[in-house]
This record gives sequence, C-alpha cells and structure tokens, in this order.
Amino acid sequence: MFDISPTEWTAIQLSLRVATVATLVATPLGIGLAWLLARRDFWGKSALDAAIHLPLVLPPVVTGYLLLLTFGKRGLVGSWLADHLGIVFAFRWTGAALACGIMAFPLLVRPIRLSIEAVDRRLEQAAETLGATPWRVFATVTLPLALPGVLAGMVLGFAKAIGEFGATITFVSNIPGETQTISSAIYSLIQTPDGDTAALRLVVVSIVIALAALVASEVLARRATQRLHGN
Amino acid sequence: MLRVDVTKQLGDFSLEASFTSEGRVTGLFGASGAGKTSLINMIAGLLKPDRGIITVDGETLDDTSARVHIPAHRRRIGYVFQDARLFPHLDVGQNLDYGRRMNRLTDDPAQRTRITDLLDIGGLLDRRPGKLSGGERQRVALGRALLSKPRLLLLDEPLGSLDEGRKVEILPYLVRLRDEARIPMVYVSHDAAELRQLATQIVVLQRGRVTSFGGVKVLTPAPPPA
Repeated sequence: MFDISPTEWTAIQLSLRVATVATLVATPLGIGLAWLLARRDFWGKSALDAAIHLPLVLPPVVTGYLLLLTFGKRGLVGSWLADHLGIVFAFRWTGAALACGIMAFPLLVRPIRLSIEAVDRRLEQAAETLGATPWRVFATVTLPLALPGVLAGMVLGFAKAIGEFGATITFVSNIPGETQTISSAIYSLIQTPDGDTAALRLVVVSIVIALAALVASEVLARRATQRLHGN
Repeated sequence: MLRVDVTKQLGDFSLEASFTSEGRVTGLFGASGAGKTSLINMIAGLLKPDRGIITVDGETLDDTSARVHIPAHRRRIGYVFQDARLFPHLDVGQNLDYGRRMNRLTDDPAQRTRITDLLDIGGLLDRRPGKLSGGERQRVALGRALLSKPRLLLLDEPLGSLDEGRKVEILPYLVRLRDEARIPMVYVSHDAAELRQLATQIVVLQRGRVTSFGGVKVLTPAPPPA
C-alpha cells in the first residue's frame, strides 16, 4: 500500500512545486492589491475587487478555458510572451502554476486585506509625523502588524493551489511529469482499472500535506501574534 | 515662530483660525469640539486646510494659494497624541529610535541618554508598550517625538487619558522639557490649570473660532460656557 511509485512521486513533487511557486509569486502581488483595496479610493475599485474574486465564482473550467484563450500558444498574451520573452505557459508546469495562482488569488488576498484594514491608521499617522515616507510607513508599521493575516492568506492560497483541478487540467491538460499534479493523477487513476490503491495512496498524501499546511500556519500565526504583542 | 491662518470645513463644523505665536509654549485652549485637534492636525500636516497658510520659522508648510502642502513626514514636527500611539510590535527602545531611523539621523547616544534620563524611561527600554502603565506610555511617546529632533512639538492633551494622580506624575516632566529641551511647543488642553503651569502664550478656541489671544492671563476669568 505505501510503496509510492515513481509516477506518483513525480506528481507529488510537481504539485508541491506548482503550489509553492504560485503562492510565492502571488503573495507580493496580493499584498499590493490588498493594500490598494484596504487603504485607497480610486475609480474602478469595485471592478478590480470583482475581477480578483471572479475565479472564486466562475466554474473552474471556464477560468481554465479563458487562460487557454489568453495564454495559449495562439493566445494574444501567450504568443507575445513566447515570441518576445520565450515564456511558454501552454502544457507546461508553469501554466499549471499560473492557473493555480489565479484560482488561489481571491483566497490569498482576502485575509491580507482584512488584516490591513484592521491596522490602526492612527499608528500610521504617528509614523508619518516621525518622518516615515508612505512606503516606509507600509514597510515598518502596516505590514508587520498585518503579518498574521499575510501568513493566513499564504496558507489558504497554498492549500487552494495544491488542490486545484478544473482550471489546471483545462489549461495545461494532464501530462505525467509535466502538468500532472496530485489531483489530476488521482483523477487518472480512478479512471484506470486497478488504480484504486494508488489513488488512495495519493489521497492520503493530500491529507498529510493539507494537515501539515494547517499546522504550519497555526504555529506561524501564533508566533507572529506573540512577536507583535510581546508576551 | 508659528503662523497659522487657515479655514477648514469638516461636515457641519467650520474652523477658521488665525494667530501668530512667538511663545516657547503656545497653549491651545478650548472645550472639546472647539476644533483644537483639527487645528494641530493641520499644523502637523495630517489634515489639509481648505484655504490658508501655515508657516514655522518662516518656512511655508501650507499655502493653498500657491498649492503648497508639505507632507507630514517632511515637516519635522513632533506630535504627542493623547493616546500615545506607541508601535505595539516594537519595544520601547525601538519606539524611541524610530524617528531617528526614519529621518536617517546619525546615532546620538548622548542625546538618547539625556532624553531617557529627563523622562525617567531608561529602565523600560526592553519592554513592549502593552506592558507599560498609561503614564509610562505617555513619557515614552514624548521621548519618541523628541528624539526625532523636531523643530516644533505638538502635544494634544497628553495628560487627557490619565487620572489625577498620573497627571501630577507627568506635569513636572513637561515643565522640565519646556525649560531644558528648547523646542517650541504647541500644547492643547481644555484644562486651564495645566496651561497656567506650562504655557507662555494662549490661544482660546471656541466653536472653531479664535476668541482671544495673549498671555496666560486671558485664561482668567474663565471664558463663558460655549
């Protein structure tokens, strides 16, 4: 039962890589957008908010298909990136990371935005009167105080990214060794006769990864809170 | 020298204040709701006047007719808030050092020792703000503002959140500060007794208007209820 085959290992490693890259790339972007939504009023703010949340409410297959149209080899953005920068998303693991990142984005942004909104603006004002530029107010006051929310958003985003299925398989298909993540591997195994045991192994692996992420976030958040309030 | 001549509409409340003060400590006196905090927020640069001019020592900080508005972080004006506003994620030492870091001033241990001694906060440096008493917090806030080397110090009811016993504990520090630190101050209070002890010039504010200006004697007799 617990002999994990090389194909399964590849799927596990790929899933971890895809979810890690998706989370790490999405986090700075997510922090920036969360700050904009929490602290600034501008034209088109509700539209931006809606666009960020769209992947949460759209059928994943729709998101995946839109990605294929945009970032595919003949897509407007995809062809430009391939011609000018040599970046290809279609049927590559990077495409899986893109799909997972976009699907995870709303879940990542939300806790960060809430925690930035919860930071006392009067502390930011105090920092200003002490000579801190807007950027340094953000870096030395807002971000450290919002850190527990940032960690929560990252874990939630990572968990979503590692479990993503619909958009990924639509956009980059299910190629072992390149785009076959744990989820698509389980899907393939269930379709195969005698695949049940292998599928079950991967199910156990998914549960272990999810639990580990939850525990890690709990520990990190507790540490961050302690550091912030100094006990 | 501080010159203020501003108007600001805040909802239904209109503030129209004009005064020039050469005093070492300018007392801003008035009941709550008279516009004292809005006025010093404008001096600090946290609030933008609708119209008018603010200058400190001849340097223009606000001039709406010339579209000048220096942002708060470039004014070098210290601000002690009623609620201290220490950074909860930094210890006392880091809070005190914050202004120096942000203004990229060179480290000046002698000055730091002078201020921590003056305010008796040398023993608190490793503590977090959450572990301080109200009086200690206010002293640290005072030290933090002073160590950013401001050219003007604004104090908004710094004793307002303290009980009587604590006020008596802090007042002597403020008197020492006035006599030793040589930084002009604007001291906001609704307590005439406090201002009599500290201020050298008084601006009386009632319902958003300056109603009298002069030495501490304008505080007596007590102004008629607003």
